[in-house]
Amino acid sequence: MSSLNQLTVTEATEKLAKRECSSEDIVRAVLAAIEKNDKQVGAYLTVDAESALAQAKEADVARARGETKPLLGIPVGMKDLLNVKGQPCTCASKILKGYVAPYDATVVAKLRVAGAVILGRLNMDEFAMGGSTENSAYQPTKNPWDLSRVPGGSSGGSAAAVAADEALATLGSDTGGSIRQPAGFCGCVGLKPTYGRVSRYGLTAFASSLDQIGPLTKTVKDSALLLSAISGRDAMDSTSLDAPVPDYAAQLGGDLKGLRLGLPKEYFIEGLDAEVEQKVRAAVAKCRELGAEIVDISLPHSKFAVAVYYIIATAEASANLARFDGVRYGLRVDGEDPIDQYGKTRAAGFGQEVKRRIILGTYVLSSGYHDAYYLRGQKVRTLIRRDFEAAFQHCDAILTPVAPSAAYKLGEQINDPLKMYLGDIFTIPVNLAGNCAINVPCGFTQEKLPVGLHIIGPALREDVILKVGHAYEQVTDWHKQKAAVSGQLSAIS
Amino acid sequence: MSSPDKIDVRYVAHLARMHLADGEVARLQPQLEQIVGYVQQLGELNVEGIEPTAHAIPVQNVFRADEVRPCLDHDAAMQNAPLAREGQFIVPKIIE
Amino acid sequence: MNYIANVGLEVHVQLKTRTKIFCGCPTTFGAPPNTHVCPVCLGYPGAMPAMNAEAIRLTVLSGLMLGCQINPASKMDRKNYYYPDMPKNYQISQYDQPLCLGGGIEITLADGSKKKIGLTRIHIEEDVGKNMHFTASSGIDFNRAGTPLMEIVTEPDIASADEAMAFLEALKEILAYGGVSDVNLEEGNLRCDVNSSVRPAGQEKLGTKTELKNMNTFKGVHRALSYEIARQISELEKGGRIRQETRRWDDLAGVTLAMRSKEEAHDYRYFPEPDLLPIVLTQAQVTEWAKALPELPEKRRARMMSDYGIPEYDAGVLSADKALADYFEATATLVKNPKAASNWIMTTVMAKLTELHLTIGEVKITPAQLAKLINLVEAKTINLPTAKEIFELMFAQGGDAGEIVKAKGLAQVSDAGAIEKIVDEAIAANPKVVADYKGGKEASFKFLVGQVMKLSKGKANPALANELLKKKLG
Repeated sequence: MSSLNQLTVTEATEKLAKRECSSEDIVRAVLAAIEKNDKQVGAYLTVDAESALAQAKEADVARARGETKPLLGIPVGMKDLLNVKGQPCTCASKILKGYVAPYDATVVAKLRVAGAVILGRLNMDEFAMGGSTENSAYQPTKNPWDLSRVPGGSSGGSAAAVAADEALATLGSDTGGSIRQPAGFCGCVGLKPTYGRVSRYGLTAFASSLDQIGPLTKTVKDSALLLSAISGRDAMDSTSLDAPVPDYAAQLGGDLKGLRLGLPKEYFIEGLDAEVEQKVRAAVAKCRELGAEIVDISLPHSKFAVAVYYIIATAEASANLARFDGVRYGLRVDGEDPIDQYGKTRAAGFGQEVKRRIILGTYVLSSGYHDAYYLRGQKVRTLIRRDFEAAFQHCDAILTPVAPSAAYKLGEQINDPLKMYLGDIFTIPVNLAGNCAINVPCGFTQEKLPVGLHIIGPALREDVILKVGHAYEQVTDWHKQKAAVSGQLSAIS
Repeated sequence: MSSPDKIDVRYVAHLARMHLADGEVARLQPQLEQIVGYVQQLGELNVEGIEPTAHAIPVQNVFRADEVRPCLDHDAAMQNAPLAREGQFIVPKIIE
Repeated sequence: MNYIANVGLEVHVQLKTRTKIFCGCPTTFGAPPNTHVCPVCLGYPGAMPAMNAEAIRLTVLSGLMLGCQINPASKMDRKNYYYPDMPKNYQISQYDQPLCLGGGIEITLADGSKKKIGLTRIHIEEDVGKNMHFTASSGIDFNRAGTPLMEIVTEPDIASADEAMAFLEALKEILAYGGVSDVNLEEGNLRCDVNSSVRPAGQEKLGTKTELKNMNTFKGVHRALSYEIARQISELEKGGRIRQETRRWDDLAGVTLAMRSKEEAHDYRYFPEPDLLPIVLTQAQVTEWAKALPELPEKRRARMMSDYGIPEYDAGVLSADKALADYFEATATLVKNPKAASNWIMTTVMAKLTELHLTIGEVKITPAQLAKLINLVEAKTINLPTAKEIFELMFAQGGDAGEIVKAKGLAQVSDAGAIEKIVDEAIAANPKVVADYKGGKEASFKFLVGQVMKLSKGKANPALANELLKKKLG
């Protein structure tokens, strides 16, 4: 029998309902796994065990009273850019060292309403800028499948924790692939909801027109459960959509008959790792076996997406990160005058990647360059959006690889920013268009590194991509395989 | 967008209020120029008459009613202040 | 040589909302520092703005009153600059699609002629916090940060300090009328930046301009602008040049000075605010809101003159304040002689307001009660001195004039027989005065009238007393 920390959310919910274990048992098992393995993995920045156990006990009392809530007693880990009242929220940056959040993000409040236990702060690339979690000011996170490799990023801690069974489920954020790519690298399910599906209130902003919060889980059904819990219109986020929130998990099941799945010809490109391509094509074939019709589509402007992204995302970030000035919170380095204080504080507080992007974003907005870069970027964004609108006339969802390669070695791309940026080529267009997408494990390379299938759906059609992912998951067992690190733990305990 | 512009890294960093060490400028300069060079490819596209996209969702007029909500209490508002005095956040003397 | 000044104003007006523009913190003035703040207006990580609908409605109403076009498609933008009083280090404002475009205000010049000062635009934005200075540091209070402002930008049509003053007075009157702002200058509800330049007469091109920032009194604007225009002219006459710069007004020294802080090249890097969605106003919506528009002072003056037959001077005084004008009209429609209502309000009521530092809204006497009092005088039920006495009573405690008259037996005596008796009494008691009068001393007559009034305890109808006295002394 597997340890409680290895359970999926669905399994844990069943056990709790049958009183086979308590929430406290589950939280203790997760804390033990963190204690055991996280020195190697480095997924967590901080864990407030006391608070987690107190919440778990409360959940157990509530259950004893007869309360039933969708996630009652289920621990969920938080990427370190989500505000949880009374907890640190450093965004893996030195500039927010010591900051204590005075409020709950809307997703946190919603999870509490659903009965969840809020557990731990997960590592990330500083301010979500990066694809390897090596840009954390505190520690690198390692890939549980191979500790010499990166877990992806920026939600690397969120993905690694799930893969190492140091969490049942976590929340991450995705601006250009930051949930899906690490989910792909770590062999878990990662969902980026439609822009506006989930409130961003309380998510420390990187690029406000692209950011979305989403779940990282062990199965597609777990993803559906969490999505229903965190979705919905929020008065605090004007861009959150006023659309009904279905019970996504209840809608899962059945084969793929009648569904048309599009394969964009531009996405199977030069530079795509051969093994990755082979696994993804095999997954496509599996979907065909499940009854889906595979159609060829074209997303001609996707090749411009990375360029557009690095204009728009950095421009927005340059403003979003202006507030870190040492006046109201966070690091303060004294100066002769306020300007000097800002210059010193921000120089000392931000890491290299963040500085690079702030400067790039400031540059593309600055007088004389605004129209050539920023405005043109916004126009090409329109073309990319239209590509998807046209493609979804011919198909219900789109299948692509989630990344051009499996997880790479630590340090391999840290000095080549452009190469690292190009690693997001399959995920970025989705954020620019505002669509939803999910990563589902679809095999392993010969080196036993996970490969991800990326399923993209139209706006607010999370039901479709979850259905496709779930159907595929039911006929494969990639998601059941355990990472090296987690295996060690279950062997010991 | 014909050729990559030379970026005045120090000036741009000043606009963004970040002091950069000489070494940082030297490291950032080629990296930024490489990225800006890459971005030049957008110049290939004819974008005339194309509306810019600022929001990924076609929604408008999202407003809030003019109703008072609770503020943070004063201590909570000041708890993160690196430096405070007489209930105010302290900065080096502002010269006008 | 003759010089022409071109002055443009950027007037920041605090909108009369209960809460801030992007969060639910109250806008009330005078709270202890950093007590009306929340994660949104403190610019906390993860906090997001949510637009206050009332800020938009009030700005559109202002636009309609000022003759602007209402922009059917508007949006919010981020204006990037660093300053300690700005929590996010960007201000949410409007760049290229403001809520209102064009418009203008007609001002009256010293010679009585009219001049239109054109408006460029009106946009909405958030206010910043307040700086306070200690010896070696500065402190920031963010209570004001996020207060909704509309910025009214004029064309450089203003040619003098007097015109600037007239413009600001007229603007203030209109905004107060519309109820869109309290326009309380002491509380900083209206602040303006003054851009001024001068050019030799005959030259088309405008001269180099300087900017005076953050002026918060009209008198200050007038003094600063008088000084600045003169300074620029004398600079040019000396053969010097005007530097484009920001200056500040030193009220004590009475001079403008170049700012000591380093002049930064402004590069605001505007871009659309991703956290707020576009504002689209339909004609139907604007029309609906327009129903709440008051009649503006200028129009009301003219209408009051024709509706009530009161002189231009009276109409001007009464229409300057909307509440006062409303009070007058409510009274005037209930009296037989509206001019009497005008007299009462302009003298007795307003004197009382000045004496006790009250506003018309705080007066206990309702227009209906005042009208009744006036009608009692008109009907000669009471005489004017008695009416004034009753007014005092009503002012202190309210009440109905008719009932006070009854209760105190103050009704005027207009019975000729009764007054005749009193007249006889007065004549009998003052033989010397009567003799003086007969000898041609006119003043003695007034004394005798006074005696009649005194004997009647002020209740005698003065006209009748006069008449009867004249007859008796024949």
